[in-house]
Amino acid sequence: METLRFDLDAPKAAGGTRTLALVGVVASGNLEVLIERGGPAERCIIEVATAAHGFKALWDAVTADFVSRRAAGGLRISINDGGARPDTVSLRLAQGVRLIEEPEE
Amino acid sequence: MRAWDSQKKTREERVAAGSAFARGKLVSADRLAHFLEAIIRPGDRVCVEGDNQKQADLLAAALAEVDASRIHDLHMIQSGVVLPEHLDLFEKGIAKRLDFSYSGPQSARIARMLFSGQIELGAIHTYLELFARYFVDLTPQVALIAAVSADRDGNLYTGPNTEDTPTVVEATSFGNGLVVAQVGEIVDKLPRVDIPGDLVHFVVDAGKPFYVEPLFTRDPAAITETQILTAMMAIKGLYQPYGIRRLNHGIGFNTAAIELLLPTYGEKLGLKGKVCTHWALNPHPTLIPAIEAGWVERIHSFGSEVGMEDYLRARPDIFFTGPDGSLRSNRAFSQTAGLYACDMFIGSTLQIDLNGHSSTVTPSRIAGFGGAPNMGSDPRGRRHPSEPWLRAGLEADPDGPAPLRRGRKLVVQIGETFGEGNAPLFVEKLAALELAEKLDLPLAPVMVYADDTSHIITEEGIANLLLCRDKDEIEHAIRGVAGFTEIGRRRDQKMVERLRERKVIQRPEDLGIDPLDADRSLLAARSIKDLMLASGGLYRPPSKFRNW
Repeated sequence: METLRFDLDAPKAAGGTRTLALVGVVASGNLEVLIERGGPAERCIIEVATAAHGFKALWDAVTADFVSRRAAGGLRISINDGGARPDTVSLRLAQGVRLIEEPEE
Repeated sequence: MRAWDSQKKTREERVAAGSAFARGKLVSADRLAHFLEAIIRPGDRVCVEGDNQKQADLLAAALAEVDASRIHDLHMIQSGVVLPEHLDLFEKGIAKRLDFSYSGPQSARIARMLFSGQIELGAIHTYLELFARYFVDLTPQVALIAAVSADRDGNLYTGPNTEDTPTVVEATSFGNGLVVAQVGEIVDKLPRVDIPGDLVHFVVDAGKPFYVEPLFTRDPAAITETQILTAMMAIKGLYQPYGIRRLNHGIGFNTAAIELLLPTYGEKLGLKGKVCTHWALNPHPTLIPAIEAGWVERIHSFGSEVGMEDYLRARPDIFFTGPDGSLRSNRAFSQTAGLYACDMFIGSTLQIDLNGHSSTVTPSRIAGFGGAPNMGSDPRGRRHPSEPWLRAGLEADPDGPAPLRRGRKLVVQIGETFGEGNAPLFVEKLAALELAEKLDLPLAPVMVYADDTSHIITEEGIANLLLCRDKDEIEHAIRGVAGFTEIGRRRDQKMVERLRERKVIQRPEDLGIDPLDADRSLLAARSIKDLMLASGGLYRPPSKFRNW
């Protein structure tokens, strides 16, 4: 298991009021993303625990792209990765942000 | 004086030698290897019928049992190198040279044997190309073929999986060669005659059906959201604007997703009757929901698909069926249909380079070509116009005079930017080139050439290579859809944005597609069981796909 931590500039603040969102599952080729509020409004902190070693450059690229495109400011994100492909990671992150913006039922 | 019938005389001698093992045309299955030793001679060109679907498995096993001191140096000329026995021939010294097309399950072993020099390689062909050579410079002296049943005169019923048989028999029998058929049973009266008995010299009762691989069955349960996204982009970004009615799909999960989105997403876009009406396609189970929803008018097939037999029989308006009611497939004709009568080929690959060449060769596997390069190429001999073809031609050559401007077939590569094991789809150098260097091949095994490729679809966008005007633009159109691969990360963002303004690159949002809408609930069937239910119980999935 490799752990990575990213503390990123996040120009767009997260919307909505939900306190947390959970998407995905830990399975081979998939990942679980837990999103919580907390921390400075213009930062996004992402912690990754991944089964696949040696992909830090890819995580750099995927997380940088995520904070530039999605409203991720003020979020703390924990990722449990089962060796998902980058497109799946991007998709789960986007799904998580959308979920935390949704009104509570 | 030259004798002009030496080949016919030789064949008569072989038939006489083989008849020692036969009653009439019927050869007993228990002395097959000895029978083959009697009719085959060292150095013969031999075709063991088999492709990516059906296999003359009994005859392949018997050939691997012949005495190599009697039968050796054979030149194998066959569509598929698929069974272990096909390669055992080379290990045992029975065969020496190989011309083939497809080697799916043996791709790793054939690579090792080529590297070690155990096989003398003629060439790797497309199916249609190898069929063509049967009639020019590679006519078999002996063909070992497979059929469902035979009568005592040697007439054959090949059933839904007719596939290559008529082509192999035509070349061999009319080319003075010898045809031996294995059949599942001998009957008094055949359901229909697919191969006339006077072209068949011997028949072996195998007592069981020949082997068929269910290669075209894709379980909808395994389709990912990213694959659904690429399918949505294909439908909205290509099928709709070009109005693609006549097409062929590859066998990957992305195209399976397209098939399953037609009755849902396609319906919502109002495309029923406007796209995907005519196909050169095997009977993909994933097309059942679209067929049932009335999308499809005609399908011609290369082969059949295990479990689809009853469904095909019940839909004769859609599929080509015989007087007995069962499917009649024909690989040579369907490949020709895919080449000349389709406006689009769309399929997946393992590697794409910055020129746009693509290949399925990896450093340790040589899977061959099958039919994809034939379908996935722009036919220079085409002369009939159609809207998609003319429009693609206009995009490629906007300044040419219309009446003299060739159209273009759409040849589309679709896939995720990372494949199995996180291997990038986009590479600086194809493994096919490394292979060519290692084996000293004069031609690298490229599946689809760049100048035939019109579009590349990934989850990041569609690259339209027809609109590219130079090498630089092609390179950046490719980088611009290459996602987080190294190729994608090394893009010039400004150049990519300029290409996007010209619609050389289109993002999902440019097409009005929200990637978050790419959801499995869009699939018209989400499991094999759903497909069975959609067919009204007519589709009977093979047991390995039954998980309920």
